[in-house]
Amino acid sequence: MKRITQHSLIVPNHSRRRFIQGLAVGGAALGLSPFLKSVWAREATASTATGMAAVLSGTEFDLVVAETMVNYTGTPRIATTINGSIPAPILRWREGDTVTLRVTNRLTVSTSIHWHGILLPYQMDGVPGVSFEGIAPGETFTYRFKVQQSGTYWYHSHTAFQEQTGMYGAIIIDPAEGNRIRADRDYVVQLSDWTDEDPMDVLAKLKKMSDYYNFNQVTAGDFFRDVADKGWGAAMAKRRMWNQMRMSPTDLADISAYTYTFLMNGTAPAGNWTGLFKPGERIRLRFISSGTQSFFDVRIPGLKMTVVHIDGVDVEPVTVDEFRFGPGETYDVIVEPKDQPYTIFAQAMDRTGYARGTLAPRAGMKAEVPALDKPEWLTMTDMMGTMSHGGMAGMQGMGGMDHSGHDMSGGKGMGNPVHVRHARTEYGPSVDMRVDTPRTNLDDPGIGLRNNGRRVLTYADLHTIGGPLDERGAEREIELHLTGNMERYTWSLDGLEFGKSTPVHFRYGERLRVILHNDTMMTHPMHLHGMWSEQESPDGQFLARRHTISVQPAQRVSFLVTADALGRWAWHCHLLYHMDSGMFREVVVA
Amino acid sequence: MMNNRIMLFAITVLALSLPSVWAQKPANQVLTASEKESMPGMDHSKMNHGARSDSAQKSGQDSQNMKKGDATESGSMSKPMSMQGGAAPADARSPDYSDGYDFGAIARPVFADEHNFASLLVERLEYVSSNGNTSTTYDLQAWFGRDYDRAVLKAEGEIESGKLQDASTELLWGHAVATYWDTQLGVRYDSGEGPNRTWLAFGVQGLAPYWFEVDATAYISENGRSALSLEAEYELLLTQKLILQPRIEMDWYGKDDIGRGLGSGLSAAAIGIRLRYEIRREIAPYVGVEWARLYGGTKVLAQAAGTDPSGTRFIAGLRFWF
Repeated sequence: MKRITQHSLIVPNHSRRRFIQGLAVGGAALGLSPFLKSVWAREATASTATGMAAVLSGTEFDLVVAETMVNYTGTPRIATTINGSIPAPILRWREGDTVTLRVTNRLTVSTSIHWHGILLPYQMDGVPGVSFEGIAPGETFTYRFKVQQSGTYWYHSHTAFQEQTGMYGAIIIDPAEGNRIRADRDYVVQLSDWTDEDPMDVLAKLKKMSDYYNFNQVTAGDFFRDVADKGWGAAMAKRRMWNQMRMSPTDLADISAYTYTFLMNGTAPAGNWTGLFKPGERIRLRFISSGTQSFFDVRIPGLKMTVVHIDGVDVEPVTVDEFRFGPGETYDVIVEPKDQPYTIFAQAMDRTGYARGTLAPRAGMKAEVPALDKPEWLTMTDMMGTMSHGGMAGMQGMGGMDHSGHDMSGGKGMGNPVHVRHARTEYGPSVDMRVDTPRTNLDDPGIGLRNNGRRVLTYADLHTIGGPLDERGAEREIELHLTGNMERYTWSLDGLEFGKSTPVHFRYGERLRVILHNDTMMTHPMHLHGMWSEQESPDGQFLARRHTISVQPAQRVSFLVTADALGRWAWHCHLLYHMDSGMFREVVVA
Repeated sequence: MMNNRIMLFAITVLALSLPSVWAQKPANQVLTASEKESMPGMDHSKMNHGARSDSAQKSGQDSQNMKKGDATESGSMSKPMSMQGGAAPADARSPDYSDGYDFGAIARPVFADEHNFASLLVERLEYVSSNGNTSTTYDLQAWFGRDYDRAVLKAEGEIESGKLQDASTELLWGHAVATYWDTQLGVRYDSGEGPNRTWLAFGVQGLAPYWFEVDATAYISENGRSALSLEAEYELLLTQKLILQPRIEMDWYGKDDIGRGLGSGLSAAAIGIRLRYEIRREIAPYVGVEWARLYGGTKVLAQAAGTDPSGTRFIAGLRFWF
């Protein structure tokens, strides 16, 4: 029997489900429910835009998880939402406050909310089976913790595929002592992916046919074109390694726009989410990558973006034309638009679709939407790293990358070969590739962004202001390999899916170096809960404080962790279908 | 033309008999200098040959003991590439960082690696026209289970004039043994014309280098009967949805089984090509042509029964799965 809670008296029930019709409308932005008025709801100061989630601020929050009807494609579907909207309300906290969040589950299945990137007691972290039991149907779970940080973060369900079906929202934490970043206007730009399919069906299809969603496969026609262009030998050679290894050079994303609609602030491209501004204003755009299985390449044609804040932490400003970010990461940029509209263009890494919105001085204006870039083949660099001690030895496959701006010598690789230690569990059916000559350089923007004529942000550009939190060097190292078998669609760490794994022990108080070594041809955004990941350059210099670090194919990166958060924490690939296939570890800090 | 086909079959059989084929071919792949030369995108002028000590490590040697430049170019070029498969070296790292900690009091999460999935693939459901006769052939494979261990059902048969002529149904335990290969152990039941037969089955199914899908199974039965069957397929994408699929199939028997019209040795072989159009991934109608022929004692028995031992079949069918 469902327990009647106090909140069930004031939350909307299922009869309040509302159809949101049409592609151009898209999201589930329901009218304000009565219960919203019971909290300290306050409109964001200057955010006047369509498709924008409600902003809730203060120290007490009531969040209700329920089913809501949405329509992104012309077909009504049931989404799982928080307070009835996609995205969920923007939560505005203040550093130093203790916040209380009462989450009521109005679903028929268990749920949870995880506060992504937030430092808190582990029982408040919201991972079912790790931090707590989850929130049973009808129950209310009260999260309460002191906010110890400021910046841009987000929150989402950590249960099953509820994040895919709509449970994600932004968190903005105002600093206790003034904002280092000056802006006249402030928008959250939350990117995500939506499918009309049941996500479990999507996973089942991938288990049966891992290239189900890839309609960019190599065809006989491509072969004959290559023969005509380059000759028989070159065309054969181009394919030899891929075919011997039974790997696809066009496996850029497991799930494509064949099923995905890409959303910006819960709005499909046709809906054209719009943020208004006054010419001359400095605008802070808080980009949040909430796609479950999609990397986005973001640019605003005609505008330079100055990246000032990554994963909730201020970085030395760096001005770019474009950046790529994976699920979990957040990038804040400053733009100064002129008196004209601009398209915010976020194409998926596999180039099958895009999320899109507009920055405009007046409502109804829009700018040209660029064409999708042509998808590229993964290169030998993405399969084998570097075959040379000297770092990346300029593979042709890099397509004439502009070397002038890149230090390709790799640092760590110089005269001091990386000693790769594969786990003994990487030699079985769960692993389709092991990289013995990884690349360690961080100045590669990744497949599809190399030499595209635009200045693209790389991890080598990121420098957290103020240096590391802990000056100690590493006392110990843990090496973890990112592994998978694309053909079987299995994903694991060290060749072990979660069900076969043991917890990873961090000794309480220690300063630890973690090495992540990618033995796959996909990029994996690795998210460690509860503690910062302080990423290092190949030669061991501190770069940036992160909560989510994307590791490119055949790449080996390292970061330092101070194990100061007692308890049990999740550590996983933030591609949801990889996590749900077992690319997940539990960390015990004790 | 027939000789060429036999040659092709022989090569395939030979390849299958090499354990290395199903035990991770690239693990044993010798990458010759010329192959490496032709590797796309490699800038040889900048390749540091000392790096080959890393490939030495791959073959189980300790790279630490090899100084930079020890390996000569030609020698190092012929080191095996071992990005796939192989056996873990003795000093391989342990994946256990638990220091004895377990998952604690809360029941740990359970992900899809511990869920069962199920699939049914009807690879061929086709009408066959041959020498004026028409028949229906089915060939399906279903499975239920997890990533690396599953129950597998295979069924193949031919129906002519509303009567089951020849059917073979197998129930197997499929177990992943290598990146692209499963072993299959179970039973096979033959029905249709003649006495029914029950077999023990042991086979391998998987993906050979260059994307050949291979299914090879050996059978033993009472009275010392034995059999071997082989199927290999390839999918050539003409477009993203139009797919040309060559397929070969061969059967051998260890001894005569007059009741079922089988002679010992190679009994039947077929080579076909099917062109399918995937309306969606799961549903694809196709047309095809197949050349089939009986051999040895089987051929003699067929001729005695007045059946043509070789023929060209025209095929129209449907491939579907869910």
